[in-house]
Amino acid sequence: MTVTSPGERPPGTPRGPEAPFLRHGASAATTDSAEGSRSRQALPDLRYSEAEEQLRAAVRDLLADRSPWAAVLARVDAGEGNDLALWHTLAAELGCAGLLIPESQGGAGASYREAAVVAEETGRAAACVPYLGSAVMATTALLGTGDELLPALASGRLTAALAVGFAGAPPAPGSGPGPWPVRAGPPGAGDAAGLARLTGTVRGVADALAADVLLVPGDGAALYAVDARDAAVTRAPQVSLDATRPLADVTLDAAPGRPVCPGDQAVRAVAAALAAGAGMLACEQLGVAERCLDMTVAYVKQRHQFARPVGSFEALKYRLADVWIAVTQARAAARYAAACLAGGDPDTPVAVALAKAACGEAAVLAAQECVQLHGGIGFTWEHPAHLLLKRAKSGSLALGTPDRHRAALAALVDLPPPAGG
Amino acid sequence: MLTGNQQAGELRQQVRDFLAGHDPAALPRLEFLRARFDAGLAWVHYPAGLGGQGLSRSLQSVVDAEFAAAGAPDNNPARIGIGLGMAAPTILAYGTQEQQERWLRPLWTGEEVWCQLFSEPGAGSDLAGLATRAVRAETGDHWLVSGQKVWTSMAHAARWGLLLARTDPDVPKHAGLTYFGLDMTAAGVEVRPLRQLTGEAEFNEVFLADAAVAEANRIGGIGAGWRVAQGTLMNERIAIGGGALPREGGMAGLAAAAWREHPEARTPGLHDRLLRLWADAEVARLAGARLRQQLAAGQPGPEGSAAKVVFARLNQELAALELELAGAAGLIYDDWTLRRPETVSFFGRGPGYRYLRSRGNSIEGGTSEILRGIIAERVLGLPAEPRTDTRVPWKDLPR
Repeated sequence: MTVTSPGERPPGTPRGPEAPFLRHGASAATTDSAEGSRSRQALPDLRYSEAEEQLRAAVRDLLADRSPWAAVLARVDAGEGNDLALWHTLAAELGCAGLLIPESQGGAGASYREAAVVAEETGRAAACVPYLGSAVMATTALLGTGDELLPALASGRLTAALAVGFAGAPPAPGSGPGPWPVRAGPPGAGDAAGLARLTGTVRGVADALAADVLLVPGDGAALYAVDARDAAVTRAPQVSLDATRPLADVTLDAAPGRPVCPGDQAVRAVAAALAAGAGMLACEQLGVAERCLDMTVAYVKQRHQFARPVGSFEALKYRLADVWIAVTQARAAARYAAACLAGGDPDTPVAVALAKAACGEAAVLAAQECVQLHGGIGFTWEHPAHLLLKRAKSGSLALGTPDRHRAALAALVDLPPPAGG
Repeated sequence: MLTGNQQAGELRQQVRDFLAGHDPAALPRLEFLRARFDAGLAWVHYPAGLGGQGLSRSLQSVVDAEFAAAGAPDNNPARIGIGLGMAAPTILAYGTQEQQERWLRPLWTGEEVWCQLFSEPGAGSDLAGLATRAVRAETGDHWLVSGQKVWTSMAHAARWGLLLARTDPDVPKHAGLTYFGLDMTAAGVEVRPLRQLTGEAEFNEVFLADAAVAEANRIGGIGAGWRVAQGTLMNERIAIGGGALPREGGMAGLAAAAWREHPEARTPGLHDRLLRLWADAEVARLAGARLRQQLAAGQPGPEGSAAKVVFARLNQELAALELELAGAAGLIYDDWTLRRPETVSFFGRGPGYRYLRSRGNSIEGGTSEILRGIIAERVLGLPAEPRTDTRVPWKDLPR
């Protein structure tokens, strides 16, 4: 047997037909068995559907072709953590930018289950694409609004980013707006009716450098669309721990903002975007963990010391078995989060917290073991292990650490902290 | 070809028709269960004539639910878990037609309890090194078995034992084993309780002194015992780690309840441990559900071997946490009296018992270390350690 789960295809095996899933509302896997219908009432289907596997194969092929390790490393070396040509192919030609967008607005009318599979693959490849920021977070923020930006995002013509710090966790259900650092002032002279002038700085925004449009939560509780290239917008690139997902500090100096949605709707839109972002980032982390495991297993089979493959030593076998166990657990958590997000399940906050904690820790474990079990070569710049390690650790810190998500569970499942604690 | 839903509807009708002719309130329990078996409504994924109809395993829940709704008696599956979970699939896969017809019906109804005679004092993780000898009588129609088995649940109530014995010491250890169904009432079979660190004796030692087992009760070929035993063990691991529970079912619920009931015991450190374990247990539950979904759809994944390792760790850590939350009561044990329970619950009795019993979870049914080795070699495909014990005759191995 190999490391790949039954849902995956090892490289080189025949693929299904290309991309029929993109236009036909590929939905959750269904089963007509009695067990299936009953377990769906209790728990959703946690497997991958045929359509999801076809989508995975198409994305994996593209990334294997266009984003091999040498290409990712060259991009990191050059400080260009966005591969916009690759992103355009993924977004527009494969249709991954529009997975979450209804067909009536030019999207594929798919769900977070399919979006999760794309996230897994971008994680596996540590791909330099703004998928999470644009196709997941910014898109989710706009979904309920029917905003005019949606068709442009669906087609891949425009890329957007939600202007929130990437470190922030999703807010607790029902809580008010977070401390939104951008103030909304009155329109300037000659501004179109309804515009606001936005001022403030948002630090550590993911995928902002690739964005054409910034979605900015403004104090006074509305969500605004801002032209990222407006003269009043500064995007200062940061030296990011994970150079494959560069962060930027976004500063607005009386930048014109078009209100996308007001008040409570904006609060809900930002909360939904953060929850979906955390859930899909968890799925990305699953992909990181699987790739680390695959690479490490392959290496310890061929690396010889003491006249035998190092993978035959029990001390290493047990460690890799533990990584594999962590990946099987993380996969179930990731699938559950994707299914809950897809179905609008009331258990979504619990599912996202579980997945972000489990997948974040699995990815960091797998990446650290990848470095360690590769020995010296794993500690070099030339070997790709560090790309995955940085993607893993950075992803586990972003959108709420595992610890932060477990702390959120305390309120969600009635396990209150000690009094005064 | 009927769809799953049509099959389910048809099965429901079959159960209703059966119940119309067999009133569970009027018939004696055993008579009712035998008739249910004969009607092919015992385990629908078994073949026709052996209590089933050759249908998908996933349809069994339809039948069980229908019988339960009618208030029909069940076969007390907790008492005959070894028979249902390990003996029956082994007999089905490797038994002869005669053996299947003789054994499966009383096994399913619970008339005949089965136990498993595998481990020995000198053969635990290295099961293939076992020393119990089966020597064929000159008449050829039976074997005489001598040796000692250990960790045998339910041996004191069992009519039959799944016996793995050495029939050829002159070949390498895996090649000299043969599998039998041993009559536990035969002369030469002695069962003694084996008291464990909880104070209970849910297990036994079984001493075999020239106990006779009929040639007709050999399961699989002479020398093929290892392969047959692998099938039994695979089913055992699924049985231990794979049960369906609701959220906070099992040990996680007990630890969470202790947390809610003892605010005075709460500390930040315990809170962190509880949240970690609660989350891990809930994720493990989801992984178990995913595994069952794959099995029901006929796409079994290798995740099953992870389930038991995870279950053992979580059970142990949650039970330890629950005991710490008990405060002064944690220093008290409920009862050290030697008991011989007929069913075992890891979650029964008090927190002290649960803590102690959980220590066995990473030993029974394959230690967590052996299971990690299995994952590494059979799932990840890592090379085996160099070994000195697999190519020489068993009789020449150091002991």
